[in-house]
Amino acid sequence: MNDIKLLIDFGSTFTKVVAVDLEKIEVMAAARVPSTVETDITVGLEKALKEISEKTGITDLNKRKSLACSSAAGGLRMVCIGFVPELTSKAANLAALGAGAKVVGLYSFKLTSREIEEIEKIAPDIILLSGGTDGGDEAVIIHNAGMLAKTAKKIDNIIVAGNKTTYDAIKNAFKNSGKRVIFTKNVMPEISVLDTAPCNKEIREIFLNNIIKAKGIAKAQSIVGEIIMPTPAAVLEAAKLLAEGCEGEAGYGELMVIDPGGATTDVHSIAQGIPTISGIAMVNTLPEPYVKRTVEGNLGLKYNIDSLSEFTRGKKLPQHFTEICRSFHEGQLPQSSEEITCHLFLSRVAVEVAVTQHVGRLEKVYGPTGEMLIQYGKDLTGIKTVIGTGGPVIFSANPREIMEGALFQKENPLVLKPKYPILYLDEQYILYAIGLLAQIEPKKALLLAKKYLKQI
Amino acid sequence: MVKTPTVITGTVGMDAHVIGTKVLSRALREAGFKVVELGMQVTPEEFISVAQETKADAILMSSLYGMAELDLKDFSKKKMEAGLQDVLLYIGGNLVIGRYDPKDVEPRFKALGFDRVYPPGIEPEIGIEDLKKDLKSRGKM
Repeated sequence: MNDIKLLIDFGSTFTKVVAVDLEKIEVMAAARVPSTVETDITVGLEKALKEISEKTGITDLNKRKSLACSSAAGGLRMVCIGFVPELTSKAANLAALGAGAKVVGLYSFKLTSREIEEIEKIAPDIILLSGGTDGGDEAVIIHNAGMLAKTAKKIDNIIVAGNKTTYDAIKNAFKNSGKRVIFTKNVMPEISVLDTAPCNKEIREIFLNNIIKAKGIAKAQSIVGEIIMPTPAAVLEAAKLLAEGCEGEAGYGELMVIDPGGATTDVHSIAQGIPTISGIAMVNTLPEPYVKRTVEGNLGLKYNIDSLSEFTRGKKLPQHFTEICRSFHEGQLPQSSEEITCHLFLSRVAVEVAVTQHVGRLEKVYGPTGEMLIQYGKDLTGIKTVIGTGGPVIFSANPREIMEGALFQKENPLVLKPKYPILYLDEQYILYAIGLLAQIEPKKALLLAKKYLKQI
Repeated sequence: MVKTPTVITGTVGMDAHVIGTKVLSRALREAGFKVVELGMQVTPEEFISVAQETKADAILMSSLYGMAELDLKDFSKKKMEAGLQDVLLYIGGNLVIGRYDPKDVEPRFKALGFDRVYPPGIEPEIGIEDLKKDLKSRGKM
């Protein structure tokens, strides 16, 4: 029998299953059914598995060996706390995003009791507490730990990744608090040094061991294998593999993945982002991570359509734009030609804005030798590969038109978007599956991706 | 017992005009300070780690090439994360490009977190007197 692997994504709206033949390196079947997390996650899963069995004609699928990711039940919701907004707060935010979390709150300086109330109301799955470089400021993180120790019982997972000098004091502050407190390495051990990997590992571990159980997702593990990471992390893993390649198979090189969705638009870049023109100085308070994920929370094609349509100001709007936007918000999918035009237009704006926020920019300053250019963020003008995924692009009438929103614009030459990339579409919606498979069979995962990513 | 205050000197960023900071360092030493002389082209990060390591009481930067504002963007924030809120911060020199009125430039550097801002060509004694005054008022001298 062929070596068949099931790769599963428990999404907030859909449960997706892909069956991959690892010998032939091909997708045998895919299924997409509404998620049933609210009631019993296994109902939707069984339905999707049945569909796969029917399509492949294989009744004894090896479910136990499947791999899964999840963004169901709100995804992995995190609150990040640091000291200075541009430094440890930002470092913590980058660490959480890089681990595939949804950052639902970001705080700086000493927390007030009002902010603590707010955090209790948000009730995040994990709190990431940072502050101070190693050997640096102690007062703020110790104060904040003290405040968090007094929070309600539902605040139960805390990762401490700040000034290591304070760890004994923080351990004391949380004594008898009944909370799970994990200590890891500082996200910003020195000024202008970012170290998110150890933090990332702890976030995944808590996700795996605690969060999915708390959300009722773990029940699926009685049928299938382990749910190993949040879905955005799986997409990020796929992006990393596609960029870097693996032993025996070269990757695409530096690249960008754009993922517009119903609520947010995610952009991932795997790139150094160093200046492509000579004589440019880089000014970054914090270095830009090589693997960078940004999430534009206000750019969604369904839930956040109001804030998305704010960005259409000054553009020529398609006919009946406002009415049609309202219908999308209510869950209507584009059908008529006018609706399709509006949806295309909005998706393009979402991609345009999200990529502009993600990439770096140049600024003119005047120095001793005249005009100089200063670069903030990553220069992604030289990137050769841009991949589009996510419902709004994949199921669009014209994916290329949407993806072109990611490209460099002559009228905005200081925004460092890709100039001449090849555009690809994740037509089969398998990027998450590539990321999951990359954990055990990186070469096969890469070959599979190369086979199914379609140049547009 | 009177404590000998520790101060750090150097030119910041890519600035290589080292004479001023040398003269100043010598004057500070003669005035009884313990001087950690970093010389020229010192990065903002280096100032911070040396201040942590030496438990310095003040950092005295020089810059003549007009790019100090850019070099020192977010310096006071970095100083906060490093737990150096109490370290005095002075700067002197040609702080912006071209001719300028020091009165216009001082507030810009105060906003960057500097306690005292000096125009070019000032006598070291003036800065040292200010330093003694500031340290005394903070009980560090």
